[in-house]
Amino acid sequence: MRDALGRIQSVLLIGGSSEIGLAIVRGLPRIDGASVCLAGPDRPEMEQIATALGTEGFGAVRVLDFDACAPTDPKGFVANAFATEHDVVIVATGYLGDQATASQDPDMALRLIDINFRGLVPALVEIGQRLKTQGHGTLVVMSTVAGERPRVANYTYGAAKAGLDAFTRGLAASIDHAGVQVLVVRPGFVRTRMTAHLAPVPFSTSPDKVAEAVTAALGGASKTIWVPGILRWVMRLLRALPESIFRRLPA
Amino acid sequence: MRNTARPPGDGAHRQALTGWGRTAPTRAFVAHPAETAELAIAMNDHGPRGVIPRGLGRSYGDAAQNAGGNVVCTDRLVGRCELDPVSGRAWVSAGISLGKVIDQVLPRGWFPAVVPGTQYVSIGGAIASDVHGKNHHRDGSFCGHVTAIELVTGLGTQLTLTSNGTESEAFWATAGGMGLTGVITAAQLQLRPVQTAHVRVETTRTNDLADSMDVLNEADATAQYTVAWVDLLRRGRGRGRGIVTAGAHALPEELGATSEAGLKVPPNRRLASVPSVPMRAGVLHPKAMALFNDVYFRRAPARPTTTFAPIWGYFFPLDVVGHWNRLYGRAGMLQYQFVIPDHATDQLIPMVDRLMADGIPIYLAVLKRLRDVPGPLGFPISGWTLAIDIPVAVTNLGPALDRLDAHVAECGGRIYLAKDSRMRADLVPVMYPRLDEWRAVRDRLDPEKVMQSDLDRRLSLVARSSGYKGLLNA
Ligand SMILES: Cc1cc2nc3c(=O)[nH]c(=O)nc-3n(C[C@H](O)[C@H](O)[C@H](O)COP(=O)(O)OP(=O)(O)OC[C@H]3O[C@@H](n4cnc5c(N)ncnc54)[C@H](O)[C@@H]3O)c2cc1C
Ligand SMILES: NC(=O)c1ccc[n+]([C@@H]2O[C@H](COP(=O)([O-])OP(=O)(O)OC[C@H]3O[C@@H](n4cnc5c(N)ncnc54)[C@H](OP(=O)(O)O)[C@@H]3O)[C@@H](O)[C@H]2O)c1
Repeated sequence: MRDALGRIQSVLLIGGSSEIGLAIVRGLPRIDGASVCLAGPDRPEMEQIATALGTEGFGAVRVLDFDACAPTDPKGFVANAFATEHDVVIVATGYLGDQATASQDPDMALRLIDINFRGLVPALVEIGQRLKTQGHGTLVVMSTVAGERPRVANYTYGAAKAGLDAFTRGLAASIDHAGVQVLVVRPGFVRTRMTAHLAPVPFSTSPDKVAEAVTAALGGASKTIWVPGILRWVMRLLRALPESIFRRLPA
Repeated sequence: MRNTARPPGDGAHRQALTGWGRTAPTRAFVAHPAETAELAIAMNDHGPRGVIPRGLGRSYGDAAQNAGGNVVCTDRLVGRCELDPVSGRAWVSAGISLGKVIDQVLPRGWFPAVVPGTQYVSIGGAIASDVHGKNHHRDGSFCGHVTAIELVTGLGTQLTLTSNGTESEAFWATAGGMGLTGVITAAQLQLRPVQTAHVRVETTRTNDLADSMDVLNEADATAQYTVAWVDLLRRGRGRGRGIVTAGAHALPEELGATSEAGLKVPPNRRLASVPSVPMRAGVLHPKAMALFNDVYFRRAPARPTTTFAPIWGYFFPLDVVGHWNRLYGRAGMLQYQFVIPDHATDQLIPMVDRLMADGIPIYLAVLKRLRDVPGPLGFPISGWTLAIDIPVAVTNLGPALDRLDAHVAECGGRIYLAKDSRMRADLVPVMYPRLDEWRAVRDRLDPEKVMQSDLDRRLSLVARSSGYKGLLNA
């Protein structure tokens, strides 16, 4: 349960090694000894992270296997993850991939859809039910501005995220009367390993800024946030542009 | 369909609830049963998140909340208030407020043996927190004057518990049990005979915290009711200066009245009520509060003085302003109440000094002496208790109170669960060493663990395999 000061007791991070996800976990107001559950495909990496979190004042840190590509038992996985209830659940799984490859290779295109959308849906269905039953908590789902209007540079990734974004907002509408907050986060360019090979673009930001924005929105009325906040208006403008002009914008 | 809670799954009628501090709202299915049969339905109707009773919501934190589960409000369990005017015993429905009980029994010469600082608590809530009053140093807590409790357990069983009968263990697990042993439907109270509706009050001004403690100690030796209001916004030499009031039920001859006239219940007025407008920051400010404290202090006579006060104003001074908790704005407030044992008396001043050094603004502070109570989860122990009101939107409040928790626990003291909204779960067994004893009795009454609340989940009061473990297994 969150306390009167908004501090959490327990958090679940799906995408347990994600730079943004971990920045959010570390930035959340928490009671001393709060527990963490990390879920992702790379157990050794997550175990290292778990050790580090243990030295930062977190209590129990658990690590669970979760691969968005391989078919799993989502019910069993979520039941396991919810052995203790969670005040915040973050879904930060994501894979940017390479659009040039995805444009020619159907397997790669599907892989992007799987990791960024399809493979997350069963887990999200189960998590939604859990949160609805427990009647409190916040679900944070990492979307992106790239899902708002497709561009040549990353449209497969963008399409998958658009699906995830729409699914999450629908889920929100179906469970938020139960006292659950669902927060869709649409960052622009965030400097992490995911984007390390790309040249930064205007409005680029850091994982800590994303974390700050999430913490500020926690427990409030927000349903969708952009990071930095100005992107809300920039994207509104970009969505309104005629396609002929939009395509001529620099990549 | 006001009478039954919706089964979890039908989402339409969940209601957001908070405690008096207006922090950490959660949603639950709320039922308002008017009789035992309806209560049984509301109890049976529970899903995986169980049931918790709720009285008048005057606990500050999340004790009467149950996220995703059922909350049984007792506001319609108000049918009974049967006084035996000879013995002064009264059977009273659990949903009736202490103020209403006073209205009924005072004209006939009786008064509740123990009352807390507000009349707006239900009998069920007073028992579930085993509340203490200004006479605690003499008369002990509320449940020491309860002769029987009618309880509906999580299994739906109706029990009558007496404080010294075969079910006395269950009685004392229910006293201070924070609603987690079942729903109290009625209780038999042993009232106190009084001759008037007024209190003789001796008021003494004190110079600082140490002086407040001394004067309070002296007053305890002779007076039935005592309490110290202390100013902890004032810094420097006068910090903790305050007003000690010592009271006793007035006699008719002192009032110059016949005993019948003396028992006429004085008007019980609210002078104002704070409207429900969303205020982000609240209207209270440390500087303004400091000024208020100064005026309040100076208004009290410089020399010890005796006056006569109507019972309402004496026992429930805050009740003259309705919804005063709204003054703290949208973020809300908390009350931190702890007790430290006598052998740690010298720690009280350093504790206060530390909080002040941390820059924590204490808007209201009340000091009182307590003594032990029988219940395993009862708050009072022999020693000093301090209750302080703080807005939650204060920088570094979390770490400052966490440090104080640790200090309190180290001294063998504890935090009052009825007020708590933020402590760490792993300190509960340290502060309440009889927790396991309480759990064993509780589990016997409610083996299926139907009774659940947000407080219980946050602090792992009821032992559950899925409970939060805090630092224990770190
Ligand atoms: C201004 C103010 C002054 C106060 N002064 C004092 C004081 O001097 N001394 C003191 O000890 N306390 C004091 N309190 C705290 C208050 O007395 C307790 O929190 C009390 O329990 C509130 O009763 P309630 O009916 O509002 O219960 P709620 O806040 O609704 O519930 C409190 C607890 O009681 C349980 N409960 C309620 N009804 C039942 C029932 N029928 N059966 C079983 N469990 C039930 C709930 O589950 C919950 O755990 C004060 C509070 C305020 C706001
Ligand atoms: N960085 C940006 O510019 C940016 C912008 C907008 C939105 N986002 C979104 O923010 C989230 C976090 O991104 P990040 O920048 O923190 O990148 P990151 O550190 O690479 O995080 C991505 C996470 O996804 C996990 N993952 C990859 N493939 C997976 C699979 N098949 N199954 C399960 N998990 C898998 C990764 O685990 P492994 O480490 O084990 O592969 C990693 O934990 C992502 O959803 C991303 O799309 C990022």
